[in-house]
Amino acid sequence: MEFEPKIMAFCCQFCAYSAADLAGSMRLQYPPNVRIVRLLCTGKVDPLHLLRAFQEGWDGVFVAGCLEGECHFLAGNLHAKQWINYTKKLLKELGIEPERLEMFNMSAAMGTKFADTVKEMTERIKKLGPSPLRRDVKDSH
Amino acid sequence: MIVAKRKPLQEIKDMLKPYQKILVLGCGSCVAVCMAGGEKEAGLLTTELQMAFELDKDKKQIDTLTILRQCDREYIDEVKEKLNQYDAILSIACGVGVQFTAEVLGGAKVLLPGLNTTFLGATIEPGTWMERCLACGDCILDETGGICPITMCSKSLMNGPCGGHEKGKCEVDRNRDCGWVLIYERLKKLGKLELLKTIKLPKNYGAVKRPDKIIHEAYQPVTVKEVKDSQK
Ligand code: SF4
Ligand code: SF4
Repeated sequence: MEFEPKIMAFCCQFCAYSAADLAGSMRLQYPPNVRIVRLLCTGKVDPLHLLRAFQEGWDGVFVAGCLEGECHFLAGNLHAKQWINYTKKLLKELGIEPERLEMFNMSAAMGTKFADTVKEMTERIKKLGPSPLRRDVKDSH
Repeated sequence: MIVAKRKPLQEIKDMLKPYQKILVLGCGSCVAVCMAGGEKEAGLLTTELQMAFELDKDKKQIDTLTILRQCDREYIDEVKEKLNQYDAILSIACGVGVQFTAEVLGGAKVLLPGLNTTFLGATIEPGTWMERCLACGDCILDETGGICPITMCSKSLMNGPCGGHEKGKCEVDRNRDCGWVLIYERLKKLGKLELLKTIKLPKNYGAVKRPDKIIHEAYQPVTVKEVKDSQK
């Protein structure tokens, strides 16, 4: 059976979360591997949340926020980027490929970009294979 | 505040290897402010260690707890019972906290340092801390416009700047400001440049007897006789 990665997406409600909605309305096809967690702003994302996702066995995690310079809280998405860079270092320290974690930027109008992001991450994680911490990921949906 | 930095994960893992039941003990004061050993960092390090040992297929129990201060007996006393349940405690307080927690626990518990304690400093901007005082025990900030030459001058010169400064930068490291140029600029701003005309004598580095001890005047020991005399 082909490996189906489990990917968690932390999405800002103002952009990526709406973009995901739009992708749905547009009936765009994208891999069903992603589960979305809505955030008020990606600035809320914490290394602990990101690490916990990996600890629970998710194969990949991405954070999607507004285009740079367009954060509703001014610089939340830039802070998120810094925290993600830091978390990538923590993953590396643990011997987990840092590429399993990524930050993306998009606007609420970019339904296609959201679908492409999910495709890109799914492909990337498929190439990397299951996370070394993968158990049977509990699907909360 | 006391500023510290987390040790590399591998070093911490090696320290913890012989133990089964481990507590990561955070400190909610100085090291929480410098984002090295507070509740949040304790949670993060605990998760990292749980993941690291799981990856190594090494079954360990790693819990976390943060107290307000590890350099005050009362906060350690409150959780003594819990602390005693562990094989080892990884303290992410400063070096003072690590030692003092061990002391309060009667020296019967393994305390390990999760941080490297680095300096006394201030928050320059969010996420950046810089050293400001070397705790020399004989402060001369009144003579230097409120900028410490012992700390800010790479050579801790008492009379500066030396000939090595260039465009306000230090010859030891050209990316670093010359402490004495900073002092000059500050004194100029304060209209107190004449302070530079006095040659300062060598510093008394014996002002602090290491390890030093301070007893507050109000807490000096008294004898029963003294108490009686004062009541006469
Ligand atoms: S143990 Fe160290 S870090 Fe914690 S409050 Fe005391 S001095 Fe600050
Ligand atoms: S002179 Fe400098 S090192 Fe000494 S107490 Fe003052 S600030 Fe600290």
